[in-house]
Amino acid sequence: MTANLVGIAIIDVLLFTFLVITAIAIARLRNLFAVAMLAGVFSLLSAGLFVTLDAMDVAFTEAAVGAGISTVLMLGTLALTGKEEKKPAHSAFLPLFVCLVAGAALIYGTLDMPPFGAADNPVQTHVAPDYLSRTPVEIGIPNVVSAVLASYRGFDTLGEAVVVFTAAVGVLLMLGTSGRGHPSKTGGHKTGARRTEEGKE
Amino acid sequence: MQHHSILRVVSKLLIPPILVYALYVQFHGEYSPGGGFQAGVVFAVAFILFSLVYGVDELTRVVPPRLLHALTGIGVLIFAGTGIVTMLLGEAFLSYNALTENPVHAQEWGIVIVEFGVGVTVASVMLSLFIAFTSQNPPLDDKDW
Repeated sequence: MTANLVGIAIIDVLLFTFLVITAIAIARLRNLFAVAMLAGVFSLLSAGLFVTLDAMDVAFTEAAVGAGISTVLMLGTLALTGKEEKKPAHSAFLPLFVCLVAGAALIYGTLDMPPFGAADNPVQTHVAPDYLSRTPVEIGIPNVVSAVLASYRGFDTLGEAVVVFTAAVGVLLMLGTSGRGHPSKTGGHKTGARRTEEGKE
Repeated sequence: MQHHSILRVVSKLLIPPILVYALYVQFHGEYSPGGGFQAGVVFAVAFILFSLVYGVDELTRVVPPRLLHALTGIGVLIFAGTGIVTMLLGEAFLSYNALTENPVHAQEWGIVIVEFGVGVTVASVMLSLFIAFTSQNPPLDDKDW
């Protein structure tokens, strides 16, 4: 058991180290293509961390949505905008200061919290045992996460589905819904490189 | 896209298992990790892979954007409609107990139905967004690869 815990601790430290390195690289890089790919790596590392926390459903979602679809959509966005980030007009000291103060405040806030994973934490003693004991009797399915998500908190999940729907409506209204909008045919926006390439043809 | 035989063959081999896996994640979500959100994304990924290899025009021939836009709303309506049905059967909104005789079975049915609604919405939203982004660009010629 302890060997298992030590193994998980080593994996956690490795994942967090890579996570920090990826975050710094994302903040430093100006090439947005690399940033989009690194954001996918960041999501995949987060998914790994969720796996070590035994949160399989969350890890699955993070890997599929964060590392998969988001990266594809970001690359699609890059094709419409540009590949390089502009140089910031102001110095980075104030944002860095704000980040450090906010981070220090958050870490200070965790000092009052009960120890991570302790058996008598409120998260283990409040509603979790209730759901764990009620699900087999009332819902009759093994995956308690699904039971909470779709039945006990079904109204929340309906809200999430509506949020996804609303987000799509917003994006489609901005980009146009025809799906037939090739700029070569409609004379819309296009990056300079593409235009010169077409000019040669 | 006439060359790149490897890409075309590999994607043809990959797309059916991805679709089956999405359905597994969707309808096995009561027993294993997964559910409508994850299944919808995986299902959309199969079509995105198809589009990456064969072009977005081929994709819109397979799934017209108008159909996708309708499905985004239909998924939400399946979810909310389940709640309306439970209300008509005399229970609270989204309280599935009234759906069948046995309340435990009714709960399972309710979860399967609303997760299906979530899956339909998520898959069609992801595909709609992908098509909206990519169809803004001219298709790549072979020499651009």
